Amino acid sequence: MKKLWKGNEAIAEAAIAAGCRYFFGYPITPQNEIPEYMSWRLNEVGGSFVQAESEVSAINMVYGAAGAGGRAMTSSSSPGISLKQEGISYLAGAMVPCVIINMMRSGPGLGGIQPSQGDYFQATKGGGHGDYHCIVYAPASIQEFVDITYKAFDTADRYRVPVMLIGDGMLGQMMEPAEIPPMKNINRLPKKDWAVDCNNGGTQRLINSIKIDANELEEHNIHLAQIYEEIAKKETEVETYLCDDAEYIFVAYGSVARICKASIDELRKEGIKAGLIRPITLYPYPTKTIAKYAKKRIVKKFVTVELSMGQMVEDVRLAVNGKKPVEFYGRAGGNVMMPGDLVKYIKEGK
Amino acid sequence: MIVQKKPQLLTDTPLHYCPGCTHGIVHRLVAESIEELGMCDNAIGVMPVGCAVFGYNYFKCDMLQAAHGRAPSVSTGVKRVHPDALVFSYQGDGDCSSIGMCETVHAAARGENFTIIFINNGIYGMTGGQMAPTTMEGVKATTCIYGRDPKINGNPIHVAEMLATLTGPCYIERVACDNPAHVNAAKKAIKKAFELQIAKKGFTFIEVLASCPSNYHLTPLDAQKFVTERAIPFYPLGVIKDTTKEEK
Ligand SMILES: Cc1ncc(C[n+]2csc(CCOP(=O)(O)OP(=O)(O)O)c2C)c(N)n1
Ligand code: SF4
Repeated sequence: MKKLWKGNEAIAEAAIAAGCRYFFGYPITPQNEIPEYMSWRLNEVGGSFVQAESEVSAINMVYGAAGAGGRAMTSSSSPGISLKQEGISYLAGAMVPCVIINMMRSGPGLGGIQPSQGDYFQATKGGGHGDYHCIVYAPASIQEFVDITYKAFDTADRYRVPVMLIGDGMLGQMMEPAEIPPMKNINRLPKKDWAVDCNNGGTQRLINSIKIDANELEEHNIHLAQIYEEIAKKETEVETYLCDDAEYIFVAYGSVARICKASIDELRKEGIKAGLIRPITLYPYPTKTIAKYAKKRIVKKFVTVELSMGQMVEDVRLAVNGKKPVEFYGRAGGNVMMPGDLVKYIKEGK
Repeated sequence: MIVQKKPQLLTDTPLHYCPGCTHGIVHRLVAESIEELGMCDNAIGVMPVGCAVFGYNYFKCDMLQAAHGRAPSVSTGVKRVHPDALVFSYQGDGDCSSIGMCETVHAAARGENFTIIFINNGIYGMTGGQMAPTTMEGVKATTCIYGRDPKINGNPIHVAEMLATLTGPCYIERVACDNPAHVNAAKKAIKKAFELQIAKKGFTFIEVLASCPSNYHLTPLDAQKFVTERAIPFYPLGVIKDTTKEEK
């Protein structure tokens, strides 16, 4: 049944439905509703909530709880996600699955609390040290946030990787109708034969990222790379909107993609054929979809639209590979473009 | 002659520690205590970054290797999932009381029901002898080559006493391994901490005054003497907090 949900609370309830029973967080705007909701809701379902002393501590609690086999989650916003990077690197290294939410705010530094997409590089290119990736989703609506949060725990478990969902203050704070999927029975979740659980029947289980021997570590790096390759094959998600006859293609994710859609509808009313490619996964990136449209003769140019000074645009350029012009339209600092701004941009650039 | 048998929780892997290092002794005391409490099949250890980083090679129980200083948070997470397991973190002074002091203090303040075994050797062993938060005044380290000068390098921390000011911990004791009597007392303290944890009494903390012959540039015997003559007078041994006594 659909209900009116605040974004952050819907995400928290979707996580519970997915079997998340352990949440560790630290207050930061604009994601506070997630830990607040979890603090009482986990209690009801027999889970555990800790308001950690810092984001550094929270992510390491996730490492412990998820390493011990629980479905664990943390959420934060940009400055807090920076502090979590060490832990995320350890989670990736030790192959401990978990779900991390980043409701991005503007930066750098303490920045502001308004919507931003300034953490794209951090989320998709590593963020922490070493050779690793998280699967990164960028939902564009509350329902999509709910659905992806719900499946993120399964995806994380399947590949034993951390999964990150990034949104912005707009998505976290706004209200939209959404339906929470059915509550999973946590006793029926697939068993984790690698998790520490006092399983001392002769074989020690170890959660560990230190591999001091170069050959052993390289083998591990290759193994991780193979996992990322498989993830790219199976998990890449992208939405295209009115691209088939489009001459102008916007590339945007999250709430910005919704703004692009509104401007595309405006443009089409005036007879200008515009479309949108919306990456749903930012890692793995839907390079092939963009490359496919880059080859189409009808396409005149791509315009990457972001709430940053230009981050994802680099991946768009790589995908387009010189076949078409790639332009950039960005707002920053917490300012958000209006659909009319993009209409004007396309019309004037024509 | 007393013949000690090897605790069944320890593996046959040869220890990588330097001759005279206290880590090996404390591993044994931890393993013996777990065994005597019948918890071999219900124990989870969290190892630090420091010389004990490979400690998981020596214990047969399930283990996690934590980031530098984060073992108390990792243990917190583990304990939430396995409240009936015996969970211990094993941490050096750099790990537990420098980079991880925040995590240590807050796990203690929350009264998390696990045990920290705190190896205070007054120096950074693994990275080659730099000053630790517990390095005593006048003691030389590679980052204070003329000896620790509080005016330049700040003052050493009495971690056990500091944690004892909090409500969360139920049992805190400082022990040493510089002679057989002290080793026996250390064993008793570790076992008691584990017993209290099993009884779900709250946070327990055992500080072990350890030696690091390699970085003191002393022979194993002289390093032990250093603990006896210099460390123990500065860091007095004994029970520092025990709320279970008050209960009686
Ligand atoms: C984030 C981070 N900073 C620094 C280091 C380097 N480092 C490894 S061990 C160590 C200190 C260990 O000293 P201590 O905790 O006293 O343990 P000991 O080696 O003496 O047993 C340091 C600083 C690291 N691994 N990670
Ligand atoms: S360097 Fe010191 S602490 Fe490390 S193993 Fe050697 S003696 Fe032990």
